Amino acid sequence: MKMLLEGSHAVAEAVRLCHPQVIAAYPITPQTHIIEHLAQMVANGELSSEFISAESEYAAASVVLGAVATGTRAFTASASQGLLLMTEVLFNIAGLRLPVVMVCANRAVGAPINIFCDHQDSMALRDAGWIQLYVSSNQEAVDSIIQAYRIAEACELPVMICMDGFFLTHAFEPVDIPEQTAVDTFLPPYQFSRMLDPKKPMTLGGGSEPDNYLEYRAALHNDMEKTLDRIQRVGSDFSQQFGRGYGGLVEGYRLEDAEIVFVGLGSLIGAVQDLIDQLREQGQLVGALRLRCFRPFPAAALVRSLSSAKRIIVMEKAFSAGAGGIVATELRAALYQAGLSIPVDNFIGGLGGRDITPSILEQIFHTSVSSDAAIDCRFINKDDMSHAEGNATTPGEGD
Amino acid sequence: MNNNSQHEIRFHGRGGQGAVSAAALLSLAAFEDGFNAQAFPKFGSERRGAPVEAYVRISSSPIRSHNQIYNPDVVIIQDSTLVHSEPVLEGLKDDGLVILNSDHLAEQRNNYSSGALWITVNANQISEELLGRPLPNTVLLGALAASTGWVSLAALEKAISHHLVKKGETIVTANINALREGYRIAEQQEEAIS
Amino acid sequence: MDTRDQFRTNVLTSGHRACAGCGEAMAARMVTDLIGPDAIYINATGCLQVFTTHNQQSAWQAPWMHSVFANSAAVASGVEAALRARGRSTPVVVQAGDGGTFDIGLQCLSGMIERGHDVLFVCYDNEAYMNTGVQRSSSTPHAVRTTTSPPGRLSEGKHHLKKDVISIIAAHHMPYAATATVAYFPDLKAKVEKAMSLKGPRFLQVLSPCPLGWDHDAALTVQISRLAVETGLFPLIEMEYGDVTGVMRLARQRPIEDYLHLQGRFKHLFGHQNDNGNVEIRHLQALADARIQRYGLLDAETEWTTASAAQTERHGRGGYSISAVKQEVSS
Repeated sequence: MKMLLEGSHAVAEAVRLCHPQVIAAYPITPQTHIIEHLAQMVANGELSSEFISAESEYAAASVVLGAVATGTRAFTASASQGLLLMTEVLFNIAGLRLPVVMVCANRAVGAPINIFCDHQDSMALRDAGWIQLYVSSNQEAVDSIIQAYRIAEACELPVMICMDGFFLTHAFEPVDIPEQTAVDTFLPPYQFSRMLDPKKPMTLGGGSEPDNYLEYRAALHNDMEKTLDRIQRVGSDFSQQFGRGYGGLVEGYRLEDAEIVFVGLGSLIGAVQDLIDQLREQGQLVGALRLRCFRPFPAAALVRSLSSAKRIIVMEKAFSAGAGGIVATELRAALYQAGLSIPVDNFIGGLGGRDITPSILEQIFHTSVSSDAAIDCRFINKDDMSHAEGNATTPGEGD
Repeated sequence: MNNNSQHEIRFHGRGGQGAVSAAALLSLAAFEDGFNAQAFPKFGSERRGAPVEAYVRISSSPIRSHNQIYNPDVVIIQDSTLVHSEPVLEGLKDDGLVILNSDHLAEQRNNYSSGALWITVNANQISEELLGRPLPNTVLLGALAASTGWVSLAALEKAISHHLVKKGETIVTANINALREGYRIAEQQEEAIS
Repeated sequence: MDTRDQFRTNVLTSGHRACAGCGEAMAARMVTDLIGPDAIYINATGCLQVFTTHNQQSAWQAPWMHSVFANSAAVASGVEAALRARGRSTPVVVQAGDGGTFDIGLQCLSGMIERGHDVLFVCYDNEAYMNTGVQRSSSTPHAVRTTTSPPGRLSEGKHHLKKDVISIIAAHHMPYAATATVAYFPDLKAKVEKAMSLKGPRFLQVLSPCPLGWDHDAALTVQISRLAVETGLFPLIEMEYGDVTGVMRLARQRPIEDYLHLQGRFKHLFGHQNDNGNVEIRHLQALADARIQRYGLLDAETEWTTASAAQTERHGRGGYSISAVKQEVSS
């Protein structure tokens, strides 16, 4: 049924439809509304789950680890410092191959402490062995959670749905909440294949040594790469059944003859698409590509979509200090590997919740097309913000 | 006002005045009327008395942007002291609308003359009378409905009944009365102006 | 299908890689066999995890999982919640060392108990980080030599006291918390059985001497753990909902030196003209005396009966007292 819901509420509705038997969480802004709604559903008897108020995010992640290993479907959510506090356990969940699903309500990481949106938290977890899907709307968040369980359970790997804190979690938007029967068809009940059971005793998480550790870790990498197909397939199964799709791994917008292509993740892409329409009206051959799946990295899909571009503008809300933009760096590597030498301009902005306004986006476009050399990594800093309403200056000038 | 394009409304209030709830109610009502709608707060810590902003987009086509609103068609100012301390009119469209919670009309208009139309409603007094507390948000929503026609009074009433159901029937009724009173006053003012 | 070995039913079976004389292996063998294979075991990182699982080999004949060091109580919370959700009543047992209990695991343990999870948490307390090569933990007693509390010109070993973890645990208003050692098997058995007969969070602290870390003869593990009790350093007690409800009384108190001189970890305290060492020995004696006083280990009259004499191990050399101690503690 189509409803106007707060993003967090919509997420809770999607989680309810997936029947997690155990939910564990620890509150952190901007994730709190999600777990408050779930706690209320459990209290009202609308959701039959064990709701565990953990004493930390670290414990919350550990609780869902134990719950999935004991044959149930489980859910948790966190953000920012909380996600980083989970780090050790999240690596462990992936190593144990437990199909846990969680939501990251993307938020900046301190210091300085900041409760607002950027992607630094989940990006820091990119090597944990979790599938990461970045959503661009609350409808996509709902649909991706349902897909996430199916992907996770088919691949026995955990999935993190990354949704922009506040921009999505706190926004009221129309969302079509699927029918329970339809979700039940799409997502049959599940039990972990190596679950803890006295009748069939197994040892999980035992020690390893130099003579076999590498093979375990290599298998994790190989299996992660194999999930690319699965993510695509689950996405198309979903759109067949529910009539909504998000491109699986990447979602293009007006790419047909695009010479200049914006690449980005998350809720920012809406404003980018608005800009593309505007620039197209002015006769510019521009398009946009949204990276929905960041882990595993869909190098082939990106190369396919971008091979005819003349210039690529990567706009991201996180960076690796001392190295630069994360998505841009990986994209450049993928293009190089494919023998393509397309200049990739990298802009870092929107950190700590700062809005990337339409005029800033437009300015980025003009800066990019007027620059001879590729822009390695440029922060859209405060001075650019103040000049953004005019369009005389160049983002990051004087850095 | 133009009914085909996207409408952008910016709420200015102080923590505790219900700006964020008002934005949510407005989006729910617009959705009830069959439009696409989006509402969200300017993100800040929750502190009573601190300046608060909230945004609503109403559109007949899907809304893609998640940006804050920089060029609103309407600003709703829930606390008149904000006019002096916050850039509440920044980016307001030239033919825009200001709905102000105040008992002074002329002074405000003279100080901030632009092409914008000003509607003032003494929403504090009305809400004190009807709700027993100065909670201006539903009164001002009524004024918005009357002066723009972007949402129906019926849809707003339904949104209030739904949104405030947990607070009890008395509160719902009082808020609906406040809404209607705001609608009535704004309607009168518009007639007087035109 | 039941895939278990019908002929070897030990939960912790032979062939593991513990050191000779390992108190933890002994304790784990006793505890897990008392609980049996129809349970789910969660293990913190530590010696027990390392010496029982190795390169796709496992000494466990019950469902067993290790996640990381600090989170065993939280993992067990999830396991127990999942069992509840599935309508199962399989017992859940955590096994952790003192590091995974007193230090890095304390927060998760506190959370698990506060939420009332139906889990037995067993701490095999060997009073230091043995797995990483004998570093001090908050369970390491005063004046002990470890690699991170080395004696030197300015130091007589660890400066701080052993954390009174059982009181911290019992203060959670939980059904049952007890201490035990490998020296008194009938006592340990009674405590495991009592713990398994109760619902909710339960805690067992089992003193487990470590020949490597304590630097003692591998043949003396049981004797040393008995001396820890008989000197008063490690009282055997039971606590229910925060109150002491049982202590094993002592017929007489052994002098602290009887315990210390068998262990290399205290060796630096002894020697000619070691004034500081003598001070620390007196300090340790005072700590033992204080515990004896606190729990009334010598105060109550010993009631020797034929029945109690037959169970001397359960009752120590003195006997088990409940009511007498309660008054002692409350006064």
